[in-house]
Amino acid sequence: MLSVRHLIDTTSLTADDITQILDTARSFAEINGRKGIKKVPALRGRTIVNLFLEPSTRTRSSFELAEKRLSADTLNMGGSTSSVVKGESLADTIQTIDAMNVDMFVVRARFAGTPQKVTENTDAIVINAGDGKHQHPTQAMLDLYTIREHFGHLDGLKVAIVGDLAHSRVCGSLAPALKTMGADVTLVAPPTFQVGDASWYGCNQTNHLDDVIEDMDVVYMLRVQLERMEGAAIPSRREYNRLYGLSLEREARMKPEAIICHPGPMNRGMEIDAEVADCARSRILDQVTAGVATRMAEMYLLLGGENNGIHN
Amino acid sequence: MEQFAPKATIMDADAMRRAMTRIAHEICEHNEGAEGIGLVGIVSRGMPLARILAAEIAEIEGTRPPVGQLDISFYRDDIGRHIAPVRHSTNIPFSVSNTDVILVDDVLYTGRTVRSALDALMDLGRPRSVQLAVMVDRGHRELPIRADYVGKNVPSSRTEDVRVHLKDVDGENSVTIWDIRSTKGGEA
Repeated sequence: MLSVRHLIDTTSLTADDITQILDTARSFAEINGRKGIKKVPALRGRTIVNLFLEPSTRTRSSFELAEKRLSADTLNMGGSTSSVVKGESLADTIQTIDAMNVDMFVVRARFAGTPQKVTENTDAIVINAGDGKHQHPTQAMLDLYTIREHFGHLDGLKVAIVGDLAHSRVCGSLAPALKTMGADVTLVAPPTFQVGDASWYGCNQTNHLDDVIEDMDVVYMLRVQLERMEGAAIPSRREYNRLYGLSLEREARMKPEAIICHPGPMNRGMEIDAEVADCARSRILDQVTAGVATRMAEMYLLLGGENNGIHN
Repeated sequence: MEQFAPKATIMDADAMRRAMTRIAHEICEHNEGAEGIGLVGIVSRGMPLARILAAEIAEIEGTRPPVGQLDISFYRDDIGRHIAPVRHSTNIPFSVSNTDVILVDDVLYTGRTVRSALDALMDLGRPRSVQLAVMVDRGHRELPIRADYVGKNVPSSRTEDVRVHLKDVDGENSVTIWDIRSTKGGEA
């Protein structure tokens, strides 16, 4: 049983919560990898609403697949087709859907705090599928799963998170979760992209990728979010690639066992060179595979128990 | 919380060993050998029992049937009542299709676990047949399910608990019966 009712951020999760999610995800990974029927009746009869108020391809398809493989019934609502664009307030939209007796909302939103707001207007369970620059907890769980599958553990690992930290909800969820599990986190970014607080979750901070790359077990490259940057925070694409891009030359300096992760979608040639994205160290496609299994585990653990609205 | 009081030991290690040897013989007799059979232990105590049976069958027939484990957590019909993190995975290293599958569990009681196991098994393929072997049948079935191979029939009351202890899990082989004085009530 998880200690939280909703999955809004990773800072509320205990080490035991995270371990439960990762262990349960292993069982679901077996189901996803089998040749027979890739589906279990675990959430049969439960209704899940995917409320995606911001465009998303991989997170949305990962959730939809996870829901189908759990035998849940689903309802997809997007920004352009929902009443939110007709001027209805979010609270009204949520209360309207809630009146139809749904069990879970999966919420992706442009603004930080939206999933929390949803919890205030429904008795259903809420999972945050990414809110603005705040949190993306299900991404962090699939990242932890991928890293743990490679090394067998998380404690003591040295992880560099590289890139646009200030705009990154991925970093906002991943760094605290890694710290909870006992990993050593180093934040690498140009000064304009660093997190504001020098003591943020006890992570090391540096502006120089070349100073730390040889020491890392995991190098996690963040996407430079061109759509979130108004005004030039960095001088140019080439300049960013030269200082912070993961090139073949930098890849060659990594420890023999070290791996490379990226949440996607990639800007090949900017934060990561094309050959590096496809090299033997890259776990980028494993991350995508892990996404379905870990999301199944989260929905199963949140909806399957006494924690659900029916038995409260 | 529940309070348990031990009442009696129904089988000791020798009795369990003899029962397993007999079941192994019955399996070989019924299937005319060990060809084409596969043992599937239901998590968690069915798995060590399946391994013991496989070793016994190897003694008798000279071929050791393959052994797999089946986790039925995601197929249970009481989800929503209680849930635990899943620490075991299904791992069946042979194709269940066209195999005579021997499902192995420690105690047969309401039959709901076996019902879940059958669903889980069918999702993996189409077995030629499914047979059920249990160490103890304690009665009180709630579904039309019966065992093909039984170590011992133990008439029991619903206020009792029958437990199979196994060396791999509990440090010793025995079957014991316990009185349950439950303050929760209702949960069978």
